[in-house]
Amino acid sequence: MDRSELDLDALARLARLALTPEEKATFTRQLAELLGHIDRLSQVDVSGVEPSAHAHPQHNVWQDDKARPGLPPAEALRNAPAQRDQMIVVPKVVE
Amino acid sequence: MTAATTPLHYLSVADAASALSAGRISSAELTEAVIARAEAVEPRLRAFLSADPDLARSQAQASDARRAAGGCLGPLDGIPIGLKDVIAARDQPLTAGSRMLEKFVSPYDATVTGRLREAGAVLYGRHNCDEFAMGSSTENSAFHPTGNPWALDRVPGGSSGGSAAALAAGEAVATLGSDTGGSIRQPAALCGVVGLKPTYGRVSRYGLVAYASSLDQIGPFGRTVEDVALVLQTIAGHDERDSTSVGAPAEDFAAALTAPSAPRRLGLPREYFGEGLDPEVAAAVEQAVSYYRELGCEVREVSLPHTPYCLDTYYVLATAEASSNLARYDGIRYGHRCAEPRDLHDLYFRSRAEGFGAEVKRRIILGTYVLSSGYYDAYYLRAQKVRTLVRRDFLRAFEQVDALLTPTSPIPAFRLGEKADPLAMYLCDIYTIGVNLAGLPALSIPCGFNRAGLPVGFQLIGKPLGESELLAIAHAYDRVHQWGRRHPNL
Repeated sequence: MDRSELDLDALARLARLALTPEEKATFTRQLAELLGHIDRLSQVDVSGVEPSAHAHPQHNVWQDDKARPGLPPAEALRNAPAQRDQMIVVPKVVE
Repeated sequence: MTAATTPLHYLSVADAASALSAGRISSAELTEAVIARAEAVEPRLRAFLSADPDLARSQAQASDARRAAGGCLGPLDGIPIGLKDVIAARDQPLTAGSRMLEKFVSPYDATVTGRLREAGAVLYGRHNCDEFAMGSSTENSAFHPTGNPWALDRVPGGSSGGSAAALAAGEAVATLGSDTGGSIRQPAALCGVVGLKPTYGRVSRYGLVAYASSLDQIGPFGRTVEDVALVLQTIAGHDERDSTSVGAPAEDFAAALTAPSAPRRLGLPREYFGEGLDPEVAAAVEQAVSYYRELGCEVREVSLPHTPYCLDTYYVLATAEASSNLARYDGIRYGHRCAEPRDLHDLYFRSRAEGFGAEVKRRIILGTYVLSSGYYDAYYLRAQKVRTLVRRDFLRAFEQVDALLTPTSPIPAFRLGEKADPLAMYLCDIYTIGVNLAGLPALSIPCGFNRAGLPVGFQLIGKPLGESELLAIAHAYDRVHQWGRRHPNL
């Protein structure tokens, strides 16, 4: 597969990661090498093979729609980086 | 060395349990011995990320009081057990080896933690690991590396390296780890202890920091096969809080060890004994095979033809799942938040850039790539199909044999810093990742040492939910050889 299109800026944007120029250079080189290895998967004949999302067949698991005890607000907010009045503080989202 | 002359911190779970029930020792004494041992070796070994000795002492005293009142909770009551720092324990730190969670404190117990508490285990130490369980050497921990107790300039394996090293060094009587591509079995082999990855879904993942959810599984480390059976039967079983938890009830795995049975049929997958296997590792594994032959087992060669594609399949699926799972670390609800963000996007981008280490970023980027538009079919969907073929290989082999026997790791413990290249590190897992792709139970059992004195382990792979039979086969070797009871000169 052609690796010239490996656009680290676009991938970093999708992954919401700020990368330094050094990281971009290193990752570009390493990802090209890893993808070169991974391209061997194209040798496998997968015609007619069903994909497996899990090792075992998984079925929907239903749970009764019943209220049950959860984390109290103080516990749920315990690890919040910034909070006020039982709410998480974030930068302004809508201008 | 007999149980009577073994230092307390090196007792097996089974020996400690019988000494406790006979009144020869107290949990307070046992716990104090383990704490003293940790204080003596931690400055050199660094297998812990955090520990609370006073909490351990109070749990030990509670266990002794319970026992004195006739209310012993079972074989784990009063036994110090360490947790890999990806498993939640209420009010204790949970860093996953990452700066991202450096200040995180668990608001609740993982299911396995709760089950260990109900069984009376003494929980206090949290073990070092590769960041978010991504790695094979524990060098990706954001905090510090861990040494191998048998050679401090070498790695303990990973990602559950702290759990394996702490047990091998006598800083715990048993420990828990997690295994996504070999992260229990490989460090068990490199540190000379037993490590079990149960069938996918056998043990609840509720309260486990997610790496690759379709592959992750919690499991025990012990000095003996009997010990991992005792811990497994405590932590296994259905849990409605994990939708992938299987309905099978926990069995009496320890009782199954000694159940009489016919000699087993063992398969040696030829793809696991080829190029790249260290000759001394091969020789030690071959001796284990010879022992099974002496026991009357039928040993035959089998083939798992898609083995050459396991590593690639794994790195597509695991990184794809990781890129999705780790999207939750956005600096909003918990975890690291950058200082003075300009706006919401700046907060996301910089919090993640500052919180994650290089290996995590590399896997998130690779996972993002294989899931991105235009590549999904070529990589992710194709890998899911190869996964089907890998599982089919194993199930076909199990039509001929009861278990598969392989080396656990192609090489013994390597030097810290030796494998700087990601691909070289990933190749450490070639014998362990197929098991995760197929969701099978497997364990690593120590089978000797190389000339340099480094431990070697072999792997036994069983049928889905076949832990009882698998552990019985493993015990048939381990009860005689007991390599896991040897102690490093540390």
